[in-house]
Amino acid sequence: MKELKILAVVVFFSLAVYILVEPIAHGVMHKTIDKQGFAYKDLPDVNKKGDATRGKDLVMGAGACTGCHSIEVAGIAPTMDALTASSSYGVVPPDLSIAGAIYDERFLHALIKNPAKALDVEHKFTPDSGKMHPMSSFGGAGGDIDQEIADMVAYLKSIAPDSASVTPTQAFENACGRCHEVRYTNWTQMGEKPKFKKERDSLIYDANVLDYQDNLKKYMGKLPPDLSMKYGARGEQFMSTFVENPQGLLHGTSMPRVGLNAESAEKTLQYLHDSYEPQAMREERDRTGLWVMGFLLILASVAYLWKREVWKDLH
Amino acid sequence: MANFAKANSVEEWLDQRLAIRTIRRVMSTEYWIPKNVNFLWAMGMILMVTFKLLLVSGIFLLMYYQPNVDTAFDSVNYTIMQDVAYGWLWRHVHAVGASVVFLIIYIHMFTGIYYGSYKKGRELIWISGMILFITFSGLAFSGYMLPWGQMSYWAGMVITNLFSAGSLELHGIVEWVRGDYVPGQAFLDRFFMQHVLLLPLGVLGAIGLHFAALRLPHVNNQDGEEINFEEEAAKYKAGKKKESKVMAFGNDFLSKDIFVLSVFLIFFFYLVFWHYGFALDPVNLDPADGLKTPAHIYPEWYFLWSYEILRPFPKDPGLIAFAFSQVILLLLPFLDRSPNVAPANRRGPFAIWFWVFLVDMIVLTAMGKLPPEGIFNTIGLVAAIVFILLWVALPFITKLEKRL
Repeated sequence: MKELKILAVVVFFSLAVYILVEPIAHGVMHKTIDKQGFAYKDLPDVNKKGDATRGKDLVMGAGACTGCHSIEVAGIAPTMDALTASSSYGVVPPDLSIAGAIYDERFLHALIKNPAKALDVEHKFTPDSGKMHPMSSFGGAGGDIDQEIADMVAYLKSIAPDSASVTPTQAFENACGRCHEVRYTNWTQMGEKPKFKKERDSLIYDANVLDYQDNLKKYMGKLPPDLSMKYGARGEQFMSTFVENPQGLLHGTSMPRVGLNAESAEKTLQYLHDSYEPQAMREERDRTGLWVMGFLLILASVAYLWKREVWKDLH
Repeated sequence: MANFAKANSVEEWLDQRLAIRTIRRVMSTEYWIPKNVNFLWAMGMILMVTFKLLLVSGIFLLMYYQPNVDTAFDSVNYTIMQDVAYGWLWRHVHAVGASVVFLIIYIHMFTGIYYGSYKKGRELIWISGMILFITFSGLAFSGYMLPWGQMSYWAGMVITNLFSAGSLELHGIVEWVRGDYVPGQAFLDRFFMQHVLLLPLGVLGAIGLHFAALRLPHVNNQDGEEINFEEEAAKYKAGKKKESKVMAFGNDFLSKDIFVLSVFLIFFFYLVFWHYGFALDPVNLDPADGLKTPAHIYPEWYFLWSYEILRPFPKDPGLIAFAFSQVILLLLPFLDRSPNVAPANRRGPFAIWFWVFLVDMIVLTAMGKLPPEGIFNTIGLVAAIVFILLWVALPFITKLEKRL
């Protein structure tokens, strides 16, 4: 039929424009890297079995972790408030309560041994720069250093909750939330901003966040961006590979590789997806869409029957 | 005072006062359309409906949008998208509508060019249509400024820079257009005004002109056949509907229009609910930052062809080529010297001209988006030169055309 042939021509040229302008041009403009499944293959294998009891002594003692890190589940409070910590270290050292659940085991090992290397920020802390990574390398407590690290990791895993019970917010807070704000979820680098009764208290909170951000700027070189819309602006592929390997997509960036395991990375991405486009909204869209499609299909059928009826008299 | 008899129905009452029966006759039941048309003749109706969708969704968006450089981005991306019930739906309809309206405009334009629907009394239809196209372009551009994202800011910067007219360096005009040295509050405010008032008024006026210009010459048909509308209409009215070459707009053509329209709406709302990403450029989901130029600055897809006529040349020739591309289509009825009103495929060399032109526009569109590097640059330059040569050659090609 002639009309269908014409339709085919129109569809052909429209699709040609679409394919050239969207998938092809975007493919050329935005280079992607492959997902590696959060396996951190460049880091050495772990072949020692750790002992949590010895690990606990090391974490509290010779490892000196608690000098900077709090471990709330073990009753160890932060040594200073967030603002003071950020002025000392650049950023608040994370609480270690769920570290064993959200970070990859191989990564934790490498981190304790040589933080700058595991975090993939050695370019920032070269000998020439005169700067040291705020977390010092663990030099060993006199025994087999790999065994000692395995013990510490075993301890962190023993106190951590089941990884399935970690919420997207917790994963996000640990991995991203101490450097990035997300204003659409009311998240500041100092945590979720509480509701204040007095305007004055709210302003004080904001002022503290500004001071924190100044410390962060000094440490990172610039203020890390707000992440509210990033999932939409960069897409799932970019976000996932960027969290896994920041240097791979943005060479020279001061953002560290955070070392999440695959499960927690997925939760972190879920948090970012929800800040851009909440789950409920996506569901509402699908639901509404189906209703509208149903209506339009009925409309088209009735319109077709009407047209046939009217045109019977014309030809 | 005129003598009004008592009316026996609401319709009669209204007819006495507004002449609605006459209006219906003139606009619908005795508005004659050739039978020999295909679904491409329904594009006008589709455009009208898409424009209405844009208007209605725009009114809803306007209730929450804030034209302020500090709040515009969040009012769109948070307030409208997440806080307002179904705000996302209006935003998606508006964004997808802005893109799709251009797709249909281009289909409508190429239909007109293919069937020669701009000749022999139909010149003003074409010209008013091009005025509509230009007004819609202004609407699309000004609307693109409003979310105040990275691409809003930088596209605004690049396009307003064109007013410096290359080597003439008329920076004063650029500042006057922007209301500032760089895009800022004054810039956003004036584009907001243009988008929600000035240009919609212009579109409404131009639609009126476009329809009025259609009235006397009537719409073209698939063979470019000259129809004696009065004679054919008389046949139709005498009950010989089957023999007449024409049909009434309402309900004959309207019934088909509405069927084509509902198929279009299925496509449209599929995009709105499940494939809207192409209409919300990811770069524009980053807030405007005057200190950070995006790696690639490009317009929305419907402007890419003219952008690519500007880009491959040095500054001044590029601007001249760009200006040429903006006005030359307007002159089509006068550049086509052939007396034939017929589908392009029956017009000899013009058939080649038409298909080369269509493909060249698509090539320009693709190259306008790809980064200007290596082979893309060369292809873009060639396509831009082909565009200019095609229009220079048009009067000669059509002059030589044999009378059909």
